[in-house]
Amino acid sequence: MSQVITDKHGIQHYMITINVNGDDYTRVVKANTLLVNVLRDELDLTGTKKGCELGDCGSCTILLENKPVDSCMILAIEADGKKITTIEGIAESSELDKVQEAFINNGAIQCGYCTPGMIISAKALLTRNPHPNEKEVREAIAGNLCRCTGFVNIVKAVLKVSEETNDKEVISNE
Amino acid sequence: MSKDYAVIGKNVPKIDGREKATGAAKYAGDLKFPNMLFGKLLTSPHAHAKILSIDTSEAEKLPGVKAVITHKDVPALKYGISPARWDENIFCIDKVRFIGDKVAAVACIDEETCYKALKLIKVEYEVLPAVLDALLAMDEGAPQVHDEYPRNINTEIHQNFGDLDKALAEAYHVRNDYFVGQRTYQSPIEPHSAVSIWKDNKLTIYSSTQSPHYFQYYIAREFGLKMGDVRIIKPFVGGGFGGKLEPTGLEFAGAVLSKLTGRPVRTFYDRHEMFAHNRGRHKVYMELTTGVDKEGKILGVHANFVSDGGAYTSLGVATSYYAGGLLTLTYEFENYKFDMIRVYTNLPACGAQRGHGAPQPKYAFESHLDNIAKDLGLDPLEIRLRNARQPNTVTINDFGINSCELTACLEKAADISGWREKKGNLPKGRGIGIATGSFVSGAGYPIYRNDLPQSAAMIKVHEDGTAATLYTGAVDIGQGSDTALCQMAAEAMGYRYENMKIIAADTETTPHDFGAYSSRQTLMSGSACKQAGEEIKKQILDIASTIMSLPPDDLDCRLGIIFSKSRPTAKTITFEEAARRFFVLRGPLLGRGVYHVPRLGGTFKGAAVATSPAYSFCAQISEVQIDEETGEVDVCEVWDVHDCGQVINPMQLHGQVHGALYMGVGEAIWEEVLFDDQGKILNPNLGGYMLPTALDMPIVHSELVESFEPAGPWGVKEVGEGATNPTMGCFNNAIYDAMGVRIDSLPLTYEKVWCAMKEKREGKTESNTEV
Repeated sequence: MSQVITDKHGIQHYMITINVNGDDYTRVVKANTLLVNVLRDELDLTGTKKGCELGDCGSCTILLENKPVDSCMILAIEADGKKITTIEGIAESSELDKVQEAFINNGAIQCGYCTPGMIISAKALLTRNPHPNEKEVREAIAGNLCRCTGFVNIVKAVLKVSEETNDKEVISNE
Repeated sequence: MSKDYAVIGKNVPKIDGREKATGAAKYAGDLKFPNMLFGKLLTSPHAHAKILSIDTSEAEKLPGVKAVITHKDVPALKYGISPARWDENIFCIDKVRFIGDKVAAVACIDEETCYKALKLIKVEYEVLPAVLDALLAMDEGAPQVHDEYPRNINTEIHQNFGDLDKALAEAYHVRNDYFVGQRTYQSPIEPHSAVSIWKDNKLTIYSSTQSPHYFQYYIAREFGLKMGDVRIIKPFVGGGFGGKLEPTGLEFAGAVLSKLTGRPVRTFYDRHEMFAHNRGRHKVYMELTTGVDKEGKILGVHANFVSDGGAYTSLGVATSYYAGGLLTLTYEFENYKFDMIRVYTNLPACGAQRGHGAPQPKYAFESHLDNIAKDLGLDPLEIRLRNARQPNTVTINDFGINSCELTACLEKAADISGWREKKGNLPKGRGIGIATGSFVSGAGYPIYRNDLPQSAAMIKVHEDGTAATLYTGAVDIGQGSDTALCQMAAEAMGYRYENMKIIAADTETTPHDFGAYSSRQTLMSGSACKQAGEEIKKQILDIASTIMSLPPDDLDCRLGIIFSKSRPTAKTITFEEAARRFFVLRGPLLGRGVYHVPRLGGTFKGAAVATSPAYSFCAQISEVQIDEETGEVDVCEVWDVHDCGQVINPMQLHGQVHGALYMGVGEAIWEEVLFDDQGKILNPNLGGYMLPTALDMPIVHSELVESFEPAGPWGVKEVGEGATNPTMGCFNNAIYDAMGVRIDSLPLTYEKVWCAMKEKREGKTESNTEV
């Protein structure tokens, strides 16, 4: 349970520690503070976008304990003690992740606003299912809205990663 | 695209792809400045009401509130993007005209305080009767939205070309149909945001804008500032589709809040507020009457439209002219009458959405044309081939068409979709439909009257020649203009794309350009970039000729290598070497380009709207499966064949077709902004609005035909909006083919299809009538 601090107006604040992209961050938040706002405003990780704050668009998708979730639908205090990956931490080194590369090379990016969330959802899919079929790709990104591409090249990019992933690599990663 | 080109015609990676894929790209809402405040607008809860009083005292007392402003604190000068009707105020003065109209604004230390402060502003209203139905707005005694516009008529158009009465009298067959469109909203995924900084009598605004130029012009005008003292910077923009073309309350109120507080102020709309600001597609009521001869040749057309404009003009005057003006493009006919009335209602204002004015009339006309084909016993493909626009023709309303491969588009679409094998041979419940589209490659005239060139560009080569920076006012809102323009500049310079950098869409550092609307940038901004590149090349070859001791006319440069054209074995030098030499001897190596549109169009009232140096054409065929139990429309496959001239970047180009088509898919079947009986939006969110997901998008085939447009640089023309135009009509025709029912209003919902099938079963007549 997070430590509670009450300010002079009687409002309770909670001290939380979240692990973001491999590093621990301790911040004091209010009960109604959204996780997306902690990431963007407190940690300056603005790669996680806000498109609707209603859980419709998926622009704020992050990995919470390796599962893709809308960070606008999660209170910061719910994430206390948990592991978070944002778009800034999706690649293991300074190189691009394969999904990022495939998005660039296959025309899957136009305005780019949905891109971080879309890449996170695609990455989560490919981690649990390295060789999805087209329907599985579409289902995995159905919670991420894109107004530019008609999803055509996004689906193509994800399938391309699957094609280029050899199974030995998958096993060794596991 | 010819193999002779080194940079254009190729799928180079998007210039900003890496920044966007890594989350590094900053959009207006991501920007942070020291000491920055947050600003929010208070809007009207009533569709139509007098403002009796506004009390801001409680809000001002709230800790963390730094400024509260109402109409008393801002200029009373009316503004609007369309100079024909300036009808908007920064804040409403005497009355509010729709739910969401701007009343006041606050600047606070954080977002949460803003919402608390807004609740403490007390506005006393006297609620007035509202007009929410466009067809009732013109009635005597209907509530008046603006006193200056009697019977709520905002725009009235009556155009008459040729002799329609004679054409209809002589026609073998005349048909009259009536269709109704729907209000849609652009729904870019990035919400509008702006950061305003008013300091030392100079105003800087970072905004999610499609046109820094129009923002700069209208914001300077509103505040009585010199244009040179207003700087508009476009950061990354997350889509616009027409909805970010005009300045909003965010910029106007944000500027005043910054001036009062002396601090940067970030203002933003949430999703609900975006829907309320709107400026999406008008709902149009469309009556079409067409006379044809025995062979199905169109003799004359009467388009009689009424559109719901909402509470303000926005870009609606142009939309109204486009609605009828563009109908003459795809099919050739010599007699045409266009009547249009755009009315004010107490609903959010409508404006320009992808395909500006054209998609709904196209839906109506393509459905109407299929009805005519059926009356005559003609194949829908055949009637289109018989009437298809040919190259080097002039429309009856004076639009000059250069390149036009519509016939080839129709033939190719038929071939790749298997039209001739499928038509009439599909099982019940499955149908195939066809429609065509066309669009401008840039509006021939700017939105407000001025004599500025459409586009300008500069290129600065780095002192050692290892990089070149393109400076352009062109606006990349996701469509990829930064990439395409760098390709064009590099091609003209004889340089490499990989070494190009770009600074774009900042009114202080980049030369003038009108921005991203009317599918104008590849042709217009591209022309300026090409010219700037050519100027660089001329200078680099000139200096190279002194180094190589060869005449400049004998030299050329390709991918950064300067070589002799007549002596293939002569030693080459690099662009870098020549550029460095140039700088040492002559100073900065700069290239400049400018593009003016030649004078276009006729002399009748409204002749300027929908003029363009070039027009794109396309044909779409779709195959649908209808569930007879539920009316569910499953679009299985769509084939789009585009005549967009030559191609700069094939991957980006097809991406534009996919996106335009996606918008058409949504508008065709699901999307509609719905209101309750008080004028309140019922579905102001992406879920309720039914933005299609990846699971809803059909299989898409995007193909091209060979075409060269003489008015465009390297033969290019439009692609970004044209593919939205045929889609709704195309699907409607496919539904008709599948079930024999004609849906005469948009969207083509499952419920409407189900009801139409039920009526048909029960033997009721179709709502469309033959005369």
